Amino acid sequence: MIANVTEKYQLITDGNELFLQLSGDWLFQNGIPDVEPLLNQLPSAHPQKLNFNCEQLGQWDTGLMTFLVGLIQNCHNSNIEVVRESLPDGVQKLLQLSFAIPERRGERREVLGQPVLAKIGNVTIEMHRSWAEMLAFIGDVFLAFINFLRGKAHFRTSDLLFQIEAAGPSALFIVTLISVLVGMILAFVGAVQLRLFGAEIFIANLVGLGMAREMGAMMTAIIMAGRTGAAYAALLGTMQVNEEIDALKTIAVSPIEFLVLPRLIALVITMPLLCIYADFMGIIGGAIVSATMLDISFFQYFQQIQGFVGLSHFIIGIVKAAIFGILIATAGCFRGLQCGRSASAVGFAATSAVVTSIVLIIVADAIITVLCQVLGV
Amino acid sequence: MPSTPHLAIHKLTMAYGESVIQKNLNFTVKHGEIFIIMGGSGCGKSTLLRHLIGLMQPTGGEIFVNGVDLWNSSLQERNTIISRAGVLFQGGALWSSMTLAENIELLLTEYTNLNQKQIQDVISYKLSLVGLSRYKDYYPSEISGGMRKRAGLARAMALDPEILFFDEPSAGLDPVSSRLLDDLILELRDSLGATIVIVSHELPSIFAVGDNSIFLDPTEKTIIATGAPKHLLESSVDLRVIKFLTRTT
Repeated sequence: MIANVTEKYQLITDGNELFLQLSGDWLFQNGIPDVEPLLNQLPSAHPQKLNFNCEQLGQWDTGLMTFLVGLIQNCHNSNIEVVRESLPDGVQKLLQLSFAIPERRGERREVLGQPVLAKIGNVTIEMHRSWAEMLAFIGDVFLAFINFLRGKAHFRTSDLLFQIEAAGPSALFIVTLISVLVGMILAFVGAVQLRLFGAEIFIANLVGLGMAREMGAMMTAIIMAGRTGAAYAALLGTMQVNEEIDALKTIAVSPIEFLVLPRLIALVITMPLLCIYADFMGIIGGAIVSATMLDISFFQYFQQIQGFVGLSHFIIGIVKAAIFGILIATAGCFRGLQCGRSASAVGFAATSAVVTSIVLIIVADAIITVLCQVLGV
Repeated sequence: MPSTPHLAIHKLTMAYGESVIQKNLNFTVKHGEIFIIMGGSGCGKSTLLRHLIGLMQPTGGEIFVNGVDLWNSSLQERNTIISRAGVLFQGGALWSSMTLAENIELLLTEYTNLNQKQIQDVISYKLSLVGLSRYKDYYPSEISGGMRKRAGLARAMALDPEILFFDEPSAGLDPVSSRLLDDLILELRDSLGATIVIVSHELPSIFAVGDNSIFLDPTEKTIIATGAPKHLLESSVDLRVIKFLTRTT
């Protein structure tokens, strides 16, 4: 008696025996028949055994195998014995291979369908863990720095010099480009407004103060966060993946001293220098706009800046740059050392380093600006 | 030879968060012994190694090195114990920004008072032991995977450690290189008297070099067999061990 008919299979009962007759080609490019309709038929027949009839089976590939694996798993769950002997030899061997290593209980990750509260809880726990790790890292860096001041830190001088070279002179081109453009933008925006009041000469004050106190340090920091901070995270992350960090630990050399400290010192040295350079490049950018748009000579422009932009404004910018340098190196190295052990984790570490650095830079800048306001500097 | 075992593991439990990898592990490694940690993929062999070399703290139990509890000692003491061991990681783990010579030089400058000439001589000797003396100025990215592994071994041997840990030393090596590495491991034990702990599932190497071994099972999450690999092959009655050692399904 034919109980169920589809294009590909027929469920046939012959006395007490239940047969699944497979027919035609079972190629997965042509689609895989759904096993659900067949499963719905099985309980009503109350079978103990399921046999196969493959006399009309044509070509087969993964399409048949996928169907059979799903069928056998469901039959197993319903205590129905599947008699595989009448299947083609190749199918039997592949099925044996497929079921050779059973899935271990509890091995599968059960993350789907998590309640919203559980998700919020997990994110909160993760954030707490991340902040705790960050604090521990900052503590370790501080201790390493104390060791450095005592002359007991373990790192190679050649590494420090290389890091200074990589963070300083190598960044000059991009710092020049961005700073000149920022100076020009500041001057251009100011020029449009100041011209209305006939106060064009104050463009020098605007650009000078803007670059010295804020934009020089800030733009340099953002460039360095994207350029150097990301590079630190990617390099240390790759070292983590390649077990190079573990190798350092096994010879009792602190990765903080050996890898983080040279990078931190390099940025603390180079950031203020790059900031001074960026300040002057920005001011030159402003001078170009002033000369071309407002007919203010270079001499007048620089004289105005000399008269109104005092050294203290430059010093505030330089101090900020040094602090930003510490933040960039810390965030970059922290994200690198925190990196997982896969290629995607390295990418995530680099991205995360830039985001963390920029957030920290903006927050620190806001705090310093308020402090300067309170102190009247 | 000292009566205290070189390594003594007592009721060790290892876990990642709440997921227990292995529990209640008890075994000892004698001085000068080549000890194999074996088991199928994912059973926690490499995790156990990371605990033994001080990279991971046990969730429970103790690890004694020459009778000193690794995790109940001060940080300085622990660092001293760890630095007396040599480790060969699976991929070599050479520091990529340094040449092969500089990789070895770092250990020698950190832990010896040798002058530069002496350091260079030691580097040449160590690299010659693994057939890489001509490559001392090469960076890890400029040599093959097998050479990186050999260079990693030279670095692990740099300070003539009392104990060497190898994580899958034969993985990724051709049969001849694998055989040469086995010979080198035996040579190291015989000539230096070093204790050697190897994580491996390469059967030819296990039988060629192993004096003693443990077999970790991922389902029971503990040791299910202990003894010399050859002895386990001949006398084990546990089907899981027999299947593993005879490559049957």
